[in-house]
Amino acid sequence: MVPSDSKVQFDKNGRLKHFLTINGLPRETLVQILDTAESFISFGQREIRKVPLLRGKTVVNLFFEPSTRTRTTFEIAAKRLSADVINLNAARMSTSKGETILDTVRTLEAMHTDMFVVRDSASGAPHLIASHLPEHVRVINAGDGRHAHPTQAMLDMFTIRREKGKFSGLKVAIIGDVLHSRVARSQIHALSILGVDEIRVIGPRTLIPTEIEQMGVQVTSDMEAGLDGIDVVMMLRLQRERMDGQLVPSEQEYFSRYGLTDEKLKKADEGAIVMHPGPINRGLEIASSVADGDRSVILSQVTNGIAVRMSIMATLMGGQDPRS
Amino acid sequence: MRILIRDAHIVDPANNIDKTSDLCVSDNKIVSVGAIPDSFTPEISIDAKNKLLIPGVIDLCARLREPGEEHKATIQSEASAASAAGITGLVCPPDTWPVIDTPAMAKMIRDRSTAAGQSIVYPLGALTVGLGGEKLTDMGMLADAGCVGVSNGLNTVSNTLVMRRAMQYASTYDIPVFLTPQDPWLLGNGVVHEGKVSTRLGLPAIPEAAETVGVARDLALIETSGAKAHINLLSCGRSVTMLSEAQGNRLPVTASVAIHQLLLCEDDIGAFDTRYKVFPPLRTADDRDALIQGVNDGSISVICSDHQPHGADAKLAPFSEAAAGIAGLDTLLALALSLSSDNRVSLSTVIAALTCNPAGIIGLDRGHLSVGASADLCLIDPAEKWVLTAELMHSRGRNSPFLNRPLQGRVQLTMIGGQIVFNILDTDSQQCH
Repeated sequence: MVPSDSKVQFDKNGRLKHFLTINGLPRETLVQILDTAESFISFGQREIRKVPLLRGKTVVNLFFEPSTRTRTTFEIAAKRLSADVINLNAARMSTSKGETILDTVRTLEAMHTDMFVVRDSASGAPHLIASHLPEHVRVINAGDGRHAHPTQAMLDMFTIRREKGKFSGLKVAIIGDVLHSRVARSQIHALSILGVDEIRVIGPRTLIPTEIEQMGVQVTSDMEAGLDGIDVVMMLRLQRERMDGQLVPSEQEYFSRYGLTDEKLKKADEGAIVMHPGPINRGLEIASSVADGDRSVILSQVTNGIAVRMSIMATLMGGQDPRS
Repeated sequence: MRILIRDAHIVDPANNIDKTSDLCVSDNKIVSVGAIPDSFTPEISIDAKNKLLIPGVIDLCARLREPGEEHKATIQSEASAASAAGITGLVCPPDTWPVIDTPAMAKMIRDRSTAAGQSIVYPLGALTVGLGGEKLTDMGMLADAGCVGVSNGLNTVSNTLVMRRAMQYASTYDIPVFLTPQDPWLLGNGVVHEGKVSTRLGLPAIPEAAETVGVARDLALIETSGAKAHINLLSCGRSVTMLSEAQGNRLPVTASVAIHQLLLCEDDIGAFDTRYKVFPPLRTADDRDALIQGVNDGSISVICSDHQPHGADAKLAPFSEAAAGIAGLDTLLALALSLSSDNRVSLSTVIAALTCNPAGIIGLDRGHLSVGASADLCLIDPAEKWVLTAELMHSRGRNSPFLNRPLQGRVQLTMIGGQIVFNILDTDSQQCH
């Protein structure tokens, strides 16, 4: 059964028309997105880096929350697909007074936008937008509240596949502020669908959401035990700006328990890779020596983000597989 | 007007009546239940065969939006909607704008209710000035001006000493104190129950403890203050256990639950469906079942609508920013009757929870069909199947998760003080000549 928060992503014929959450997507869809991204990856090295798949289409990057890398990679991805790109870093009122988020989107849609790339601090905002736009308009979730960041999860999967060659047999650890992390939720869905062996979630109890075991993960607060035999270490950013209570006693305490150091990394498999969605808090969740070390694939993640986002945009716009 | 209602299935829990019989109304009062007095010559005679006749429903929690949010609804619009839904009395919380914290405000609400000539509005006065949780209101004068109780709305009085004194003061005049206990810190900016749905959707969560901590505190204060307390809008099964234990210790505390809490749970939120955003939040299926059990064992004695009409745009926002609440007047009776037709709660328990029990809590001599009582009643076709549509809703708020759902049981006629305020029967043919 397709989970309810996934249904709006599909058109009447079961084709993917929005990319809002990984939850409920078929495995073949994820694999196809990764395969298509693979064909785009070489573009970056070419002299002419454009393909005409989205020529004449208008993509609006609608960011209600600040972002540098996500917005930039979306912009580059859209431009390499020959789309016209508009960037809007908008502030909005979180009350019913004044222009609502739907007013803003409908106004832009009236200017014949074909695709919205939306980031918002409220979980579910892209779902709301997708449910209130005409049939032909596409929506990509570039991060909504604590809910989902599906394109980040896909570029993470792409990076894992490039580094490890497969998903089966892998043990993956997701470490840190899972409570506030939309990245973690999307990673968990993607890893489960692609069939890794084991997903461990590691953090203090204040940063682990209740009943997350229902998403098919094991929870531990012991980082060293949790890292034992792990193939992929996925660090999360400790979102200082979202700390609205006393979730962590101090940065020093946090680093001592959950900061990834060379020492702790020794517990993981010797071929383990280290990932981070960025931006990094050096010395808080990860030691610089690890972030910059030879196990780190953090910069590859950024590079891969362009190809993966091109692939997702092309898939939604019904663009043919460029290999065919 | 002399009215005869013939062959009705009369359910009047206050008098332990559940039988098919006749009921006569004359001069605003019920003059007989059972044998028709020899001298009675009706002007209207209503054939109520296969229809259910119950006392008019008293709804202990309905927001009417006036004063302050007349763009959403008014006393006139919602009192009329209530009449059409078989509801003859509406208790409105004091969190209007301005707040009902002065006798003048209370009197204004009563006057507008009288002018509307529909379901009667009974205001609750504020427990503290401006609901600010610091200074007690003139509760004695508020009661004199027609307030049937005092309440701080959904604003917790976080200062425990103020809360204790407010309860003590209210108990001086035996004024019921309506409470919606919530710990404000645990509540935070939460919008859904803390559990699998909040985790899946990444929505700020309200833990069960937000309510149970509040209930525990308020029960302790009720015990020391002797206040006659009514806990409004319970959402957690554990709260019912605590309440039940307190009642076992003879604490003067009653409780109500919103009808939607007995039928829905967190799973219904699906994909950020804001129609299901309510406060307190929908909790687990186990909580829902425990609340039903609480209605069955009598620890929760009242079912209310928790009516909250909104304009269309209020729900067209991301979940955490959308307005909470359901426009519940139109569906209260049909949904409550479904509890009985599904054999989850007996018919007499359901009707008692809608009529005599809420009336008793606010000290109102209504909600029963005793001879000599005000003729407030409601005639229902319990077999009529219908589907709720926005056009069919009488409330100005159309925000209901029950839209397009099949319902059974429809109000045919509502009478308040012997006056027919709503009627879809063909009474012309019932005129007696």
